[in-house]
Amino acid sequence: MSDEHIDEISGISTTGHEWDGIRELNNPLPRWWVWTFYITVVWAIGYTIAYPAWPLLHSATTGVLGYSSRHDVGNELAAAEVAKGKYVAAVESKTVSEIAADDALREFAVAAGGAAFKVNCVQCHGSGAQGSAGFPNLNDDDWLWGGKTGQIQQTITHGIRFATDPDTRLSEMPAFGDIITADQIAQVSAYVASLSGKVKDASLIEPGAKVFAENCVACHGDNAKGNKEFGAPDLTDAIWLYGSGEAAIAAQIHAPKQGVMPAWGERLGETKVKELAVYIHSLGGGE
Amino acid sequence: MLDNTQVERLEAEAVNSARVRQPMYAARKKIFPKRAAGSFRQFKWIVMAITLGIYYLTPWLRWDRGPFAPDQAVLLDLANRRFYFFFIEIWPQEFYYVAGLLVMAGVGLFLITSTVGRAWCGYACPQTVWVDLFLVVERAIEGDRNARIKLDAGPWTARKLVLRVSKHAIWLVIGAATGGAWIFYFADAPTLVGELFTGTAAPVAYITVAVLTATTYTFGGLMREQVCTYMCPWPRIQAAMLDESSLTVTYNDWRGEPRSRHAKKVLAAGQSVGDCVDCNACVAVCPMGIDIRDGQQLECITCALCIDACDGVMDKLGKERGLISYATLSDYNANMMLATAGGASSVNPSLVRTADGLFSDKVSHFHIRKIFRPRTYVYMGLWSLIGLGLLYSLLARDRLEVNVLHDRNPQFVTLSDGSIRNGYTVKLLNMIPEPRTIVVTIQGLYGADMSVVGDDIPAGRSFTIPVEPDRLKMLKVFVRQPAEQIRGTAQTFTFRVEDKASFEADEYTATFNAPEIAK
Repeated sequence: MSDEHIDEISGISTTGHEWDGIRELNNPLPRWWVWTFYITVVWAIGYTIAYPAWPLLHSATTGVLGYSSRHDVGNELAAAEVAKGKYVAAVESKTVSEIAADDALREFAVAAGGAAFKVNCVQCHGSGAQGSAGFPNLNDDDWLWGGKTGQIQQTITHGIRFATDPDTRLSEMPAFGDIITADQIAQVSAYVASLSGKVKDASLIEPGAKVFAENCVACHGDNAKGNKEFGAPDLTDAIWLYGSGEAAIAAQIHAPKQGVMPAWGERLGETKVKELAVYIHSLGGGE
Repeated sequence: MLDNTQVERLEAEAVNSARVRQPMYAARKKIFPKRAAGSFRQFKWIVMAITLGIYYLTPWLRWDRGPFAPDQAVLLDLANRRFYFFFIEIWPQEFYYVAGLLVMAGVGLFLITSTVGRAWCGYACPQTVWVDLFLVVERAIEGDRNARIKLDAGPWTARKLVLRVSKHAIWLVIGAATGGAWIFYFADAPTLVGELFTGTAAPVAYITVAVLTATTYTFGGLMREQVCTYMCPWPRIQAAMLDESSLTVTYNDWRGEPRSRHAKKVLAAGQSVGDCVDCNACVAVCPMGIDIRDGQQLECITCALCIDACDGVMDKLGKERGLISYATLSDYNANMMLATAGGASSVNPSLVRTADGLFSDKVSHFHIRKIFRPRTYVYMGLWSLIGLGLLYSLLARDRLEVNVLHDRNPQFVTLSDGSIRNGYTVKLLNMIPEPRTIVVTIQGLYGADMSVVGDDIPAGRSFTIPVEPDRLKMLKVFVRQPAEQIRGTAQTFTFRVEDKASFEADEYTATFNAPEIAK
């Protein structure tokens, strides 16, 4: 204390600190509190020695206890891996339909498949598996190659029109622009559109039906219901991969677009593909 | 009847006395509170018995809730996120009841403090209660004030060692019992007590007991008044709650001063003399170690033990009780004005008395009316309003709820027959500890039906599903409407859930989305 001073009103000595004539009364701090402060300082020094603390040029001190939060995360991930081990083993050993029939296993596969879907599939099929023009919506009940769990698994494993996979699902809609006349295309487009809605010129339907019978029934069937063996779409329903209406149908007959889906079997492994198949089957359209 | 000089003068000095020059950091001054006797001490014993009784016994009360819920009357089941209080069960989303109770406790504290001062600190605060308990042990083993001072100052003998060891051992046992009782609020008490003593309880139970044993022992036994003076924020806050009409423990210097141990001599010299005989009894009994005669101060927890001590002395002297008493600042100020002739002189106690030695009619006394003033009306009103609100909300609350989340992506799905399907996550909350059978129905949305994912329930406008007791059941529900029935891109409809046995029901208004041109 540099300045001995007693406050006149309270009779208490001041600390010697003064700001613009205002003095601080000396109500002494308990000594144990000061010691507590010293202990926290000592603790802090010990802490920085024991744990990673001081920044260096390119890294930081590692601490004598060798603690690292990255190591902790690794442990947690390993523990999670162990915890889900029995489910993964079950998924590995069972078929997709068995997995789908088991409540607990299905729940696990849907969660795991959902995560894999977010990483691998959303780029084309969308984050809600809602698809877009040329990329099928996986929520609906219309399936080009079949919506049973086994069929979905097959499609994911080997892809569609994926050249490097020998077992890939393969079909090709011929470019009828070179085979039939423009009039015939207009007629058959009107016929196909009439199967699920109204058309502008009803007189085209009858000749269109004839063109259909001559050129299309081999794949799409007599009743135009399609054929999942060839990935031939059902032409009587409300779902159109490349757009509905006569113009969109005519364009697809003239010079068809043919989508390609990669084969995921080798890249993701069988277990992941099974999980994906169960997940997609659970979206609401599975057969 | 005793004379002033016959009252024993105790050697006691207030710990916060300003007369001593202080260093920047001061060692703690030891306090050896003397045992007090009187009505406030009696009242404190009763409060102590009730509060400790509530604390230690509550977890052992049973309350039958049927086979599907625990039978512990008060239980905070953190693992299952359920809170039980007798007939009330609270789910985490109903935690606002606890928040409401805390607000009520806060407002209640304002009310109490503005009327009877720091009554919480003086009587009901756990720190006060446990320190009191620890002092009982200390007195029982080491004796009352003088014996303890002597023992403390004396050399380390075998006797001192035995006394000290047994005192601290008993304190530790009390600490362990305190920590032990705490954990019983969080698990089934009879089960946990078995596990605790066979070493099979969860590590967190032992850690909690150890930590609370240490804090109870340290705060109740070693730190005592230091906790109130230096660590607790309440004294600062409560001081702000006091006004001139609040009752606080007050030394009435308007009748006490000038204090003297030799009244007769002083009177003979023609000077005035007050009622205070400067016996220091009030300082000796103070658990905070302060002198109430220095006025109202931060350290005072208003435990009123100095009132008991002083009243005892006044009785012996044949004077009126209440030299130290619960008084309001306004009464005190009025009496001070009286005693100092309007502030013109120093205190002259003869001014407050009539010629025959009785108090004059002008002396102000506390009147119960003072409790009722705008401030306390506001606190009382606020407190009752929140209380009634909580009570109403508790009586009217749902025990069956439905929450519906519409799928965010996709918003809708067109199916091959042209109909539109929307997906919903439906959460059924059965908030009673009994299994229930719930009927889920959709209302509105003409022509629509629903199906449940993973359940073999035929599509329809209604289905029945069992829900486990006290559980949430989550369902993935698809609602589907034929194309020709769709009216607009966003139609509202209702999910209704009903318990057919109790007719309790809840509804949720949901939206059904469709593309702009649905064919």
